[in-house]
Amino acid sequence: MKLRRSMLFVPGDNAAMLSTSFIYRPDSVMFDLEDAVAPREKDSARLMVYQALQHPAYADIETVVRINGVETEWWQQDLEVAVRGGVDIVRLPKTENAQEIHELEAHVARIEQACGRPVGETKLMAAIESASGVVNAVAISTASPRMVAIAMAGFDYLVDMHTHRSAGWEPELFFARAAVLNAARAARIDAFDVVYGNVNDDEGFLREVNIAKQLGFNGKSLIHPKQIEMLHRAYAPTEEEVSHAKRVLAAAEEARRNGLGVVSLDGKMVDPPVIHEAEMALQLADLS
Amino acid sequence: MKIIKESVVGTLESSDLLVKVTPSDTASRDIVVRSEVFKQFGKQITRVVTETLDKLAVSDGLIVIEDKGALDCVIRARVQAAVLRATGAREPDWGKLS
Repeated sequence: MKLRRSMLFVPGDNAAMLSTSFIYRPDSVMFDLEDAVAPREKDSARLMVYQALQHPAYADIETVVRINGVETEWWQQDLEVAVRGGVDIVRLPKTENAQEIHELEAHVARIEQACGRPVGETKLMAAIESASGVVNAVAISTASPRMVAIAMAGFDYLVDMHTHRSAGWEPELFFARAAVLNAARAARIDAFDVVYGNVNDDEGFLREVNIAKQLGFNGKSLIHPKQIEMLHRAYAPTEEEVSHAKRVLAAAEEARRNGLGVVSLDGKMVDPPVIHEAEMALQLADLS
Repeated sequence: MKIIKESVVGTLESSDLLVKVTPSDTASRDIVVRSEVFKQFGKQITRVVTETLDKLAVSDGLIVIEDKGALDCVIRARVQAAVLRATGAREPDWGKLS
C-alpha cells in the first residue's frame, strides 16, 4: 500500500523550494510547471524540474510533475522533461474527458521509448477542475492502466459553477468531492482533496482535512510544508483505533480456526468489510 | 552551440543564481563567478558551470554568474536555460542536458 496523504506543490522555478522541499517528507512532491510558473519562465522552470527529478534527495520520494494543460502550447515540452527526468507520475490539470488521457498516454509512451524508459513505467493522474470534468470523472479515472490517482481542484471548479468557497463544511464542493472520490474508488485508484489556500488558518485547514478524511480521500494536495505534519497526524489512526483493529483481526483469526464464518466483537459482527477496515488501519499505523 | 544574443536567467534570491550570457567579440569563452560563498565553493561552482558549457559545446561567449548559494543542480539548470535562450534553440538536445 503506497501512502498518498500529502502531495506538496513546489513551484518549478523556485530554486529555494526545489532545493529543500524533500526535507519535509511529504508522501509525494509535485513540481509545478503550470500556474506557478510565468509564461516567459517556462523554459527555465522545465530545466530546473528536469535537474531536480534526478537529484538523489528525491530518490526515495514519489515525484509528480504538473504539466500545462493540453490546450496550451507548453504541455508536450513539459512532458518531455518529466518523462526523461524519470518522474513517477504526470499530473494533467483541467482534465475534461478520457480522450485527453488517451492523448497524454500516447505521448508518454512515445517519450519512454525515445529515452529508454520501460513503456508503462510513468504513471498518470488527472486533476478535475470543471463541471464537465466532474461529469466525466469515471471515464477519466478508467481511461488508462497508468492512472493511479485523481485530484479535485476547487478554484477553477467553483468559478465554473458560478460560486465561491465558503467557510464551514463547504456545501459548494460537496457534490464534486463525492463524485470524484466515487469515480476513484470505482476505478480502484487514489483520490486527493483540494488545496487549502489560507496557510495561516490551521483550524480551518484541519476542519477541511477531517471532511476529506471522513469522505474517504487518501489525502490532500498541499501548498505549504507546514501543512504536511498536521495532515499526517490527522490521518494517523489513534491508539484506540489500532487497539480495536488488532482485536478485530484476533477475533477473525479465532473464528477461522474454529471454522466459523462470522464472529461478534463487543456485540458487533466481524465480517469481511470490518476485517478489511482493520487491516487498512494497521497498515496505515505501520506506515505513519 | 553558438551564442548569438544576450540572455539572462534566474534570480538573486537565496539558493538561486543569476546567469547572464553574452556573445563574445574575441571568439573566447570567459566565465566570471561571483558568489557569497566563493571562498568555500568558488571552485566547485566554476567546475559545474564549465562542465555544463562543455556538454552544450559552448566554445565562446561571456558567462557571468551571480550565485546566492545555489545547489549544483540549480546551477546546471540555470546555465542550460541561459545558453538555450542565447542560442535561440527551440528544443534542447536531451543527451547534452543530464
